[in-house]
Amino acid sequence: MSEPTPNTGHETPVSTPADLNKPAFELIGHPRRRVDGRSKALGQTQFADDLSLPRMLYLRLLRSPYPHARIRSIDTTRAQAAPGVKLVLTGEDLPIPYGILPVSQDEHPLCPDVVRFVGDPVAGVVAASEEEAEAALPLIDVDYEILTTISTPEEALETPEPQIHRYAQEGNVHKLVALEFGDVPEALDGADQVFEDVFFYQGNTHLPMEEHASLANLDPDGKLVIWSSTQTPHYLHKALAKALEYPAHQIRVIACPNGGGFGGKSDPFNHEVVACKAALVLGRPVKVTLTRQEVFYCHRGRHPVLMRFRTGVKQDGSIVGMDLETVLDGGSYGSYGVASTFYTGALQTVTYEIPRYRFRAARCFTNKPPCGPKRGHGTVQPRFGQEIQLDKIAVALGKNPADLRLQQLVKDDSLTANYLTISKIGLEECIQKVVAGSGYRGRWGQLPEGRGVGLACSSYLCGAGLPIYWNKMPHSGVQLRIDRMGAVTAFCGATEIGQGSDDVLASCVAEVLGIDSHDVHVRTGATDITPIDLGSYSSRVTLMMGNAAIEAAERARLTIAAAVAEKLGVPKGRLAFAGRRVFDVADPEQGMDFREAVVLAEAAYGTLGSVGSYTPPRSPARFKGGGVGPSPTYSYSAAVVEVEVDPLTGWIHVPKIWIAHDIGRALNPTLVQGQVEGSVYMGLGEALMEEQTFRRLPPKRSHALVHKIPSLLEYKSPTALDMPEVVTYLVEDPDPRGPFGAKEVGQGPLLPIMPALANAVYDAVGVRVDETPISPEKILQALDQKAKGKPARYGPTSFPTVAWPEPFHVAPPWEGGDGRADDDPKAQRTQASEVRS
Amino acid sequence: MMRVPFFRYLAPTTVAEAATILRGEGAEARLFAGGTDLLPNMKRRQQTPKTLVALRGVEELRAVTQDGGLTLGAGLTLSQVAAEGRIPLQQRALIMAAGKVATPHIRNMGTLGGNLCLDTRCNYYNQNHDWREAIGFCKKAPEGEAIEEVTHGTCWVAPSSPRCWAVQSSDSAPALIALGAEVSLVSADGERRIPLHALYHDDGMAYLTKRPDELLTQVHLPQVDASWRSTYWKLRRRGSFDFPVVSVGAAVSLDEGGVVQAARVVVGAVTSYPVSIDTSALLGQTLSDEAIAAFADAAVKPARPLDNTDYHLSWRKRVVREYVAGALKELRGDSLEDLGLLARTAARILPLAACS
Repeated sequence: MSEPTPNTGHETPVSTPADLNKPAFELIGHPRRRVDGRSKALGQTQFADDLSLPRMLYLRLLRSPYPHARIRSIDTTRAQAAPGVKLVLTGEDLPIPYGILPVSQDEHPLCPDVVRFVGDPVAGVVAASEEEAEAALPLIDVDYEILTTISTPEEALETPEPQIHRYAQEGNVHKLVALEFGDVPEALDGADQVFEDVFFYQGNTHLPMEEHASLANLDPDGKLVIWSSTQTPHYLHKALAKALEYPAHQIRVIACPNGGGFGGKSDPFNHEVVACKAALVLGRPVKVTLTRQEVFYCHRGRHPVLMRFRTGVKQDGSIVGMDLETVLDGGSYGSYGVASTFYTGALQTVTYEIPRYRFRAARCFTNKPPCGPKRGHGTVQPRFGQEIQLDKIAVALGKNPADLRLQQLVKDDSLTANYLTISKIGLEECIQKVVAGSGYRGRWGQLPEGRGVGLACSSYLCGAGLPIYWNKMPHSGVQLRIDRMGAVTAFCGATEIGQGSDDVLASCVAEVLGIDSHDVHVRTGATDITPIDLGSYSSRVTLMMGNAAIEAAERARLTIAAAVAEKLGVPKGRLAFAGRRVFDVADPEQGMDFREAVVLAEAAYGTLGSVGSYTPPRSPARFKGGGVGPSPTYSYSAAVVEVEVDPLTGWIHVPKIWIAHDIGRALNPTLVQGQVEGSVYMGLGEALMEEQTFRRLPPKRSHALVHKIPSLLEYKSPTALDMPEVVTYLVEDPDPRGPFGAKEVGQGPLLPIMPALANAVYDAVGVRVDETPISPEKILQALDQKAKGKPARYGPTSFPTVAWPEPFHVAPPWEGGDGRADDDPKAQRTQASEVRS
Repeated sequence: MMRVPFFRYLAPTTVAEAATILRGEGAEARLFAGGTDLLPNMKRRQQTPKTLVALRGVEELRAVTQDGGLTLGAGLTLSQVAAEGRIPLQQRALIMAAGKVATPHIRNMGTLGGNLCLDTRCNYYNQNHDWREAIGFCKKAPEGEAIEEVTHGTCWVAPSSPRCWAVQSSDSAPALIALGAEVSLVSADGERRIPLHALYHDDGMAYLTKRPDELLTQVHLPQVDASWRSTYWKLRRRGSFDFPVVSVGAAVSLDEGGVVQAARVVVGAVTSYPVSIDTSALLGQTLSDEAIAAFADAAVKPARPLDNTDYHLSWRKRVVREYVAGALKELRGDSLEDLGLLARTAARILPLAACS
């Protein structure tokens, strides 16, 4: 095999058909049946809850009925004596905390001393049947001392004690962030106009169809194994090793295909740790499947975010500076929250040129299920505000909103004020596509009362530039084994969560080796056999795994080519791998089947295998906090949403959506279009109806703070009947950093939907709804305001007082900056931030 | 997975046998037809009957007979009702209502009788046992002795009110009351026939006047002439799944000059029973914009939506007016296109072809 060389992540080794001696790609770019399509269509895919083992036991968790309380004592005597019960575990049995981020190791498998939300687990019962486990839960006697309920960020800011977590930065403020790139007050002073707007983005949840499930067992050789519905088997592996105090190399984690994840299965969860502990104690398989209500309690969904934008523009609408403040309702634990906090300000700069930028954020702890990463992680909320504010600016300046955007797009191969590296930006073409397709120019401002069109744009990462925990190793590894039967097996730790990552892996390998994607055996997400991939989050898998797969396949191809070249007596460089053959491009008759080629190579070089890996390029950001936001490249999207609004009731209907996505290159256009349409669907739900809301009962009568609607019936998400016609445009300009030029599509296309819809409502009936969901009652209230001659708006009117710390000052690249904060001496030594996701 | 508690399952094959069983079992038994309402409630431990008296094997409950009017067996599924060709066009409100219940799957299981006897609904009540424990339970679900003393059976949506405000959420009830339907109730003592509106009681807990030993066996539609027309409007957030949060069943008899000879307008899902609106002001009038507006303004008064369903209560109250007005405009002959966006959504799925 060829000498391994470190993959710098700057450019992929092969990206065009010519690199592979082919006139055109055989698989890449062609709409294809996905490799896991058959099993899913036939109902044969084994999700975690489908698994069953002999002598299997069942775990159920006892959860807190109080939003905030101290556990005085737990008596499990009665539960232990209940029929069928094999084991009762409490916090004492699992004292080691864990958490997804190194800076937020604040979760326990079972609460040892304090419960922090209704649903926080305090005990686990393992029994011979699920019914017996469930029946024993009320027999556990827990004595609680009730603590003050903190239900909102405003309460958290005003109530430093009792602290929900002792490690919070201040009182119940988990994390404060302040960054300034250039002198923003000066820029705003010099602006022709400054627009100030406050927006609120409501929290919502992932709503995967599959409820989380796990099965833990001891292998025959005594090793611990867990099959789980997780998006991040590697991070779960690390958390299990820590929380169980068990040697990491004695654990294997198998990520089952997820029945939807959307970020909701990216944390290590209580039930996973407790099931493993029970399997270790009992030496028997232990299964746990959450109810829908428990999935709402696991949450880790979209943070509710209140935000204030102050944006200065010149008379022509060019932005001269932006000042953004955000307050996040984090719920009861850290989760990815520190990263989420940074993300509420990280990507404002990657779409339109913003010469100076200040960003300050506060994440608060409240007694609710923890928020975390949901599709678009942390960037969705400020994108909503930014794109609506741009619409307001366009209206105020008398410009078409499309032109206002087109005149100040970020350029290819540039750096932003906050030191993000732009590789290729296809946003101009995205805007042109949806504007032309929807007839936006002739219709915006022209449609009859009650009908309107709205435009918005967005961008998203193609993988986080840094891992969750600091290390210098690759982010994704792919291993190939190729044998004399012509069989190719691709191994990777990536997790198939429905997005099509198995198909990406198979097709990248198959294209390079000239075979069919369905010829490849795909083995993914099993930590004992697959090289590490960090997981299905941050839209990183296609780019990172894809590049690693191409590298591995390219190395295998070179080895096989050497053997074939010798046999045929032609130069290696003249060989092509295509149509399951290896042949001389100068004389295609000269060649052999792929299998014969493999036989030659195995005879010549011994057992065939190859590896590839991918590490993202180093970011030029050298300031604390600069670790969140960098990505190898960014995807771009633009959408036009059309709405009809009933002026009497505010009832809203969405007949049609046009969306264009800058995909770089569509590896499998069928899957890309599916992801775009799925994003539109999810975005429409967030825009119109979804909300993770809570009931605080009257404090004089009750301490209760409960999820208002933890059910699939009452947590409203659109049905097929509510889905509009969607016109999708894929904009393809291959990015040298992507595999065959591909960018992400799993998250980005979600982002423009909500602001485009809000802008369309304004176009239809002349009112602004500056918060989600944009429901009929809010539109009607704004219409009532308008009728009374008051501001035609529904949304937050004030922003809480936050004691912001002095920001780190970083000069933008065009003001002589080198990516370092000029007032932070540590920044000279620490090249990356404390948080790296 | 949430599982139903253990229960005894009895399967009579005649109404008489079912009535005898009910008499013997008392309040510990529940009738079980499609199970689409009862079984989820049992999983959540809102109801934990010791005995289920299954009606699937009672063939006579699925009969349809023309007897001047039309008699529908209570055991017909909602899908069967929505596709019943013998329902005259004048009474299409029933088809519209039955066709909009929940989802196709649920309509294939759920029955007409079950929908009429639907348990009242409330966001504080339709929750798992542990959720209800976390709020200290409520009046309608007073389990959990340990915490009950704190709350004394509070109705959390109206804590100072002595009653329960769970919402009557049947689709078919407002439609059938507007059509002047009657129902037969059978017990071991015999049969009684009452106007459907008299089946309901304005209380979230004691929402039916049916005794526990009675079963609802038949729905009787009166004979109507060609002067009648009817409709059903349903407000829900989505095109499927959802219970109504406002609904209007309306039927009018108009003479050749468009003068109202008789009218029944019923507003559903705004309190614990279907509210019949006094239509005397419409009689002898044409359905002019002014007459409709005045009537719709008055119809809002008895609607008492509270914060225990989807949507904000004040908005639901606002919609009552627009729904009543819209339904009457549809009945005077306005097209759905003229009625606009709200009407297109409210009256979506019009299986007119199914009507004779």
